[in-house]
Amino acid sequence: MANFAGRPCRASGSRNTGLRKGVVLAGMHTAVRIVIAFGLGCAAIVSAAGQEIPRTPDGRPDLSGTYDTATLTPLQRPEAFGDRLTLSEEEAAAIASGEPVALAAAFGIPAERNVESAPPTEAPPVGGDGSTGAAGGVGGYNTFWMDRGTSAFQIDGQWRTSIITDPPNGRRPPLTPEAQARAAEAAAFFRPNTGTAWWLTENGVDAPGPYDDPEIRPLAERCLLGFGSTSGPPMLPVLYNNLKRIVQTDDYVMILVEMVHDARIVRMNQEHAPPGVRSWLGDSVGHWEGDTLVVDTTNFNDTPALGGASRNLHVVERFTRIDADTLLYQFTVDDPTVWTVPWSGEYVWPATNDRVYEYACHEANYSFRGILGGARILEQDVREGR
Amino acid sequence: MLTTGRRNSWITTALAVAGLLVPIPAAGQPADFEPPRLSNGNPDLNGIWQALNAAHYDLEPHNARHAMQLREGPRGPLPDVPVLRLGAVGAVPGSMGFITGGGAIPYTDGARALKEENRAHWLERDPEIKCYLPGVPRATYMPFPFQIFQNEGNILIAYEFAGAVREIYLEDVGPAETDSWMGQSVGRWEGDTLVVEVTGQNDQTWFDRAGSHHTNQLRVTERYTLISADHIQYEATMEDPNVFTRPWTIRMPLYRRIEAGARLMDFKCVEFVEELIYGELRRTPLPR
Repeated sequence: MANFAGRPCRASGSRNTGLRKGVVLAGMHTAVRIVIAFGLGCAAIVSAAGQEIPRTPDGRPDLSGTYDTATLTPLQRPEAFGDRLTLSEEEAAAIASGEPVALAAAFGIPAERNVESAPPTEAPPVGGDGSTGAAGGVGGYNTFWMDRGTSAFQIDGQWRTSIITDPPNGRRPPLTPEAQARAAEAAAFFRPNTGTAWWLTENGVDAPGPYDDPEIRPLAERCLLGFGSTSGPPMLPVLYNNLKRIVQTDDYVMILVEMVHDARIVRMNQEHAPPGVRSWLGDSVGHWEGDTLVVDTTNFNDTPALGGASRNLHVVERFTRIDADTLLYQFTVDDPTVWTVPWSGEYVWPATNDRVYEYACHEANYSFRGILGGARILEQDVREGR
Repeated sequence: MLTTGRRNSWITTALAVAGLLVPIPAAGQPADFEPPRLSNGNPDLNGIWQALNAAHYDLEPHNARHAMQLREGPRGPLPDVPVLRLGAVGAVPGSMGFITGGGAIPYTDGARALKEENRAHWLERDPEIKCYLPGVPRATYMPFPFQIFQNEGNILIAYEFAGAVREIYLEDVGPAETDSWMGQSVGRWEGDTLVVEVTGQNDQTWFDRAGSHHTNQLRVTERYTLISADHIQYEATMEDPNVFTRPWTIRMPLYRRIEAGARLMDFKCVEFVEELIYGELRRTPLPR
């Protein structure tokens, strides 16, 4: 059942990992996906363009469904591709076949640790076990948990090098000087765990540290939002739990984000909330432009899901059901206090028969106690000269 | 109500078999009320709804009392020390109760004793205090709105409290693969009533702030019936052989939030309990 190569065949049965709360590893939250053998159950009619897409009784495209947004195409284009938007067939095949090795390498975990979901029964060795990235030096994850897709994505039959399409180099535009300074400050604070309270040994026993208070830890660690802008907007693919569930009514489009059970509620044909009303996911209003749903989001809290963005973030998303099994997702990000120019991207969301299982993050956030409590112990070690 | 519901189900089936597609009033639905409907004929439950009652304090009939957690005073119960400063805000409003037929939850003796112990240790034990997902039916009558999203093929409910959500599957998805906080909900229409069977809930959620508990064998059967344009009659029948001597049912109206601009506001609430749960682990803890 554990599939080292990534996503198992979704049509063939269950991917229930049999996990239960209480056996999850440190740093890992319950995430079980269940596959069912039902079709989408949507009535399809032939559109003017000749494509069969599901439509509502009043003729709008019906976006309702479940989508798997995992893709091996990265947000930012590897610099070697330059301004090239598309991959050759050979390049796309190499990315797909190389994923198991690439994924394991990214975590620094030996192959024998990547076959089961069962947690180790003993504490990792002092100083860590050599695992990297999300494994956190303590084997917190292995690749069993990862599901970042099995291939790059295609639009109009062309494999893509990146999600970002504008700027033409497929990379986020330069930061403003103010944002650069903030990013440098943040980068200096976030280091892999070395097993010492470096913020004291390097900067003095009264210097501030990255674990001083819950409020300065990443939102995903606190179970407030998923990591990597999976909730967005813009909604971007992440390491795992990439399902999105849409239920569309005349007056609302509800987009359920698998990670941290976030429901984005898009109010149709409404005005934005007053500027003082702020929320984690921002305030989303929508309207139809032909067969495309356009969603405009503002009124974010100080720290939106999109890394680096500020409360001035403005995101415009465009959802187009290009066929019965595929949704085209396009977005433009504008935050003049962070990026020097707006930037845009697009990728496809294939429909899936998977169901979204509850992602109860906060309820079992044992790791957060460990993160804060561990820092206190490391600080005590320094103070007591250990 | 169970009997009425079953009779309705039987009647619906009989009419369907006879090819008579005339909608019949569901339990509690006035005979002259015609609910708004979707294109497939199902009543349209879309909207933002909220219970307006004291069920979230205590489902059982009760007089108003000093506080959610009590201690013995010289002349009777008084607010326990940690809630003393809340004054009238921390007092519990009375209610006639929500259990059909009146009376208390039919707990076994042992389960009743645990409920009373839970109430005495409310601050430590109530999952609501830690902002945990509320489970069903408690999610319905929390003092927060919730929103039903319904189209011809899908129903999903989003709750303001803790950002809880649950999909109501409209096909047989088999038994729940594993327990969860909000359980697995499977719905069907019996006449104009949406009937939802909820299983697979874990044993961590409660029914109210009075310590009413259950095990993971809980089965909840909910009934949602529009009784006017702006009211849903809500019923939930609880079965759990581990703690109840018989099934029991609660009933209450749900009210549409009709004000302009009504919407679910952010209430993730995780950020509101971090000081409670993790505050002692700050580098410089605040007084507690």
